Amino acid sequence: MNTPSSPLASARGLVKDFGRHRAVDGIDFDILRGTCFGFLGPNGAGKTTTLKMLLGLAPKSGGELSVYDLPVPERAREVRARTGLVPQADNLDPDFSVAENLRTYATYFGMKPDDVGDRVERLLAFAALTDRSEAKTDTLSGGMKRRLTIARALINEPEMVVLDEPTTGLDPQARHIIWSRLNELREQGTTLILTTHYMEEVERLCDELVIMDHGRILDQGAPKALVQRHVEPEVIELRGERAGVFADDAQGLGCRVEQMGSSLYCYSHEPGEFLGRLQSATGLTFMHRPTGLEDVFLKLTGRELRD
Amino acid sequence: MNHWRFPTVRSGAFAVWRRNIMVWRKLIGPAVVMNFGEPTLYLLGLGFGLGHFVGEMSGMPYLAFLASGIIASSAMTTATFEGMYSVYTRMDPQRTYEALMATPLEVDDILAGEMLWCGTKSLFSGIAILLVATLLGVVPGWQALWVLPVVFLIGLCFAGMAMIMSAIASNYDFFNYYFVLAISPMFILCGVFYPIDSLPDVAQGFVQLLPLTHAVALTRPLVAGGELTQPLLHLGVLAAYGAVGFYISVALVRKRLLV
Repeated sequence: MNTPSSPLASARGLVKDFGRHRAVDGIDFDILRGTCFGFLGPNGAGKTTTLKMLLGLAPKSGGELSVYDLPVPERAREVRARTGLVPQADNLDPDFSVAENLRTYATYFGMKPDDVGDRVERLLAFAALTDRSEAKTDTLSGGMKRRLTIARALINEPEMVVLDEPTTGLDPQARHIIWSRLNELREQGTTLILTTHYMEEVERLCDELVIMDHGRILDQGAPKALVQRHVEPEVIELRGERAGVFADDAQGLGCRVEQMGSSLYCYSHEPGEFLGRLQSATGLTFMHRPTGLEDVFLKLTGRELRD
Repeated sequence: MNHWRFPTVRSGAFAVWRRNIMVWRKLIGPAVVMNFGEPTLYLLGLGFGLGHFVGEMSGMPYLAFLASGIIASSAMTTATFEGMYSVYTRMDPQRTYEALMATPLEVDDILAGEMLWCGTKSLFSGIAILLVATLLGVVPGWQALWVLPVVFLIGLCFAGMAMIMSAIASNYDFFNYYFVLAISPMFILCGVFYPIDSLPDVAQGFVQLLPLTHAVALTRPLVAGGELTQPLLHLGVLAAYGAVGFYISVALVRKRLLV
């Protein structure tokens, strides 16, 4: 057994090559038991590949990887027996009803379908799907499918749940329900690992995160610590055609200025004077807010468009 | 990871088999119509129609000759359809394997379960044909029940090869090659409709390499009565095709999915 202080999952110099393309380029991380750990990065950063390697679903090309102190992929079967996976795209069984999906999935873990009745009931309640238990999965909404996929990942009472972009493509209401369920899980002591490109998701859920790009970890830490480390506490965002006119002004008053599209971002420790000047300007839209992970993310990964 | 390491099959294979039979139970109506309808059509249409002109073949009524061959070819096509279209659907567009592989199941267990299921479906088709043939009065005795385990083995044999096709397919159309180049020739050449000794010598040697020839060599005497010749050879060929097919398909599916 792990002691509480030893990491639940740990990687050293982890590498994944696809032919000549290096998707994961020597990353290190330690994920502590009972925490929520996030992999944040743009598309193609290597997040999903890293998760697949954790479960032995993609063989690593180099480095060391262990989960529950078991080497992966050599003992990935045992790791998967104690872990839940919520994949990026739903892969519920379309031939079965909601409840049958859960009962059948239990058999893949060696459980008998007749022994899991209580557990299935509990998970249906957790996923708020009790009244849809006999429905076919293709009649469910996107949010319901996600909740069922999460419930399915809990059928083996896992110590750790791995979620690959759990709320991508969901409407705001559906996302909030997912977040509240994931928080519930974390409060019960389940370790969560998730990938996302939503800052809000990380800020709401994660104790610790890594920011990845081009297969590398750019930095890691608690969300607040990363914000403090990389960006000024406040930002003024200017929009519109005339925004560019204020770039020199902002710099003169000690702001760090970045341009993205037609918006101008002015980062500052003391924005008071610049704000005063903007208030007297006409025909300008601007927003003053505390900085967050998004600013860190854009600073570290750059502002160019990704595919 | 070495994709060509030897497969290890665990009890998880039965969970995969169970999943498939649960789905089959939901679609039992069309499945049963298919199982009974097709062979009945063949036996009535060809058996009586063609049989009227043929009379006897290899010393038995043509209907008996046909029924005892169709039971083998039907096991072949049943397992082949399941091992190609259904396995491919679960592996690729439906992403069922992706869900299965997030559990302790490995590719080895999944394909072993699929293969058992293909054999089971062949068995269902064999039972249907045996019933129809019995009702038509061409099954001489209870010894014919021995054909059922043989039909299951025929299903495993052809499942292995079909799963190789699924492992290398990139779409459904690809399966046409295998049907035209392998399944249809066997259906025509391997003794289902006429004895293989009426083929030219070269062709006779060639069809000895094909598994359906050995399948028919077992099912004909078992169903229609008569002496089994070299049963171990025939069983061995079927088992070998199945085992090699399983091994290659496991390696290729590992290569396809574990990337």
